[in-house]
Amino acid sequence: MSIAIAPPHTKTAAAALRGVARTFKHFRLDNIDLEIEQGTVNGLIGPNGAGKSTIMRIMMGLLTPDTGTVSVLGQPISSREAGAKRDIGFFSDDMRLYKSETVAFHLQFVRSLFPGWDEAYAQQLLSRFGLIAGQKVRGLSHGQRVKCLLLLILARRPKLLILDEPTNGLDPVARQEVLSELMQIVSDETRTILYSSHNTQDVEQISDTITFIDRGRVIARNNRDEFLERWRRIRVQAPANWQAPAIAGLRPESTFGNLRVLTLDRYQAGVEDRLQLSGATLESSETMSLEEIFVAAVMRGREENEL
Amino acid sequence: MTGEFLCVYTVYMNKHRWITLSQSDPRALYLQVIEQIRRRVAVGDLPPGTELPSIRQLAADLSVSVITIKRAYLELERDGTITTRQGKGSVVAEKPGLSTAITQRELESHLNAAAQLGSLLGLSKTEMQRRMAEACENLQRKQK
Repeated sequence: MSIAIAPPHTKTAAAALRGVARTFKHFRLDNIDLEIEQGTVNGLIGPNGAGKSTIMRIMMGLLTPDTGTVSVLGQPISSREAGAKRDIGFFSDDMRLYKSETVAFHLQFVRSLFPGWDEAYAQQLLSRFGLIAGQKVRGLSHGQRVKCLLLLILARRPKLLILDEPTNGLDPVARQEVLSELMQIVSDETRTILYSSHNTQDVEQISDTITFIDRGRVIARNNRDEFLERWRRIRVQAPANWQAPAIAGLRPESTFGNLRVLTLDRYQAGVEDRLQLSGATLESSETMSLEEIFVAAVMRGREENEL
Repeated sequence: MTGEFLCVYTVYMNKHRWITLSQSDPRALYLQVIEQIRRRVAVGDLPPGTELPSIRQLAADLSVSVITIKRAYLELERDGTITTRQGKGSVVAEKPGLSTAITQRELESHLNAAAQLGSLLGLSKTEMQRRMAEACENLQRKQK
């Protein structure tokens, strides 16, 4: 079942990358085109080393691309001054807090640097995240440290949040707290979130758009339900000389023996009938989880790239 | 089961839990939202004229993407369960045309699946008809 979704009246890009490439000694980010629409949550999924952090660092102006253009909140990144970064909140797991200082010290510190700091919101977050103002950073668990870092970023009320693996290593309860806080943020439609993970589960629940990245390339981009509707795993019984009919996006996953497993990335009603007509007996046609789809898309991308 | 606790998100309306989504449900999330709102309307929990939360609000409350709720509302509007006025939000329709279209489509796909399983088992058409009739009779007995 496919449903046409009325396009939003005006699409404003909160950030856009066009033809961005950057070559490192052992890694190449290849021709990345990415548009982040205002008011949306965007998930970036990729295996470790896929290029997620590199993309985010380029958007933050921490790295310069060899070619291509980057604009964030309506300005080209190259001409951005420190002042303009006020409106961006960047989170990365390698950010450090002062071990011997308290949570409250950090709140005070960031507050003194950013005039847009929202103290009431900071206090709300403190209690929602279950953090204790007087506690020293040394005594915080990993999850508490991540939540503390996020609090320091969120309370500045940035227009664009760029979060590099914010839920990495969080227990399921803390993860849920973070995800639900992110969704509260985009109930204001002028705020935008881009966040990355190597775990589909972190991303699928709240993302309007999910982008799969592998080996420095964007391999697929869609919303969760659309991914789920387009992909199928189909099992058929077919004689040894059977030729799969020419159905766009149909690939063999395993061709051993009479039972064949196929994956399809452009499912349409009637595909099963066409397979039956080609002389195969349909055993099943199943939907796949986003994780399975992600893995299948990565594998396809790699095969195509190696041809 | 811890899995259940972690994967279920609920939304409260007037302090009552009214939508519960499950991640272990293989269906698309927007379909779960549609189904639960339709049920609530069908059993009278949401009488005609009830204001529904805005798309962004419901998305925030359920911690699911805005596009999920947008799609659910669009489909509910199409089947006549709710009506949306620009700038005024969505309300439960006065005469909710209870969603025959979606239920019909669902029935269609279940019937196809049953036919497929039947053919795998080598059942004849008459045998399949007999089984269907039996299932209907069983349901009637249970409902009495």
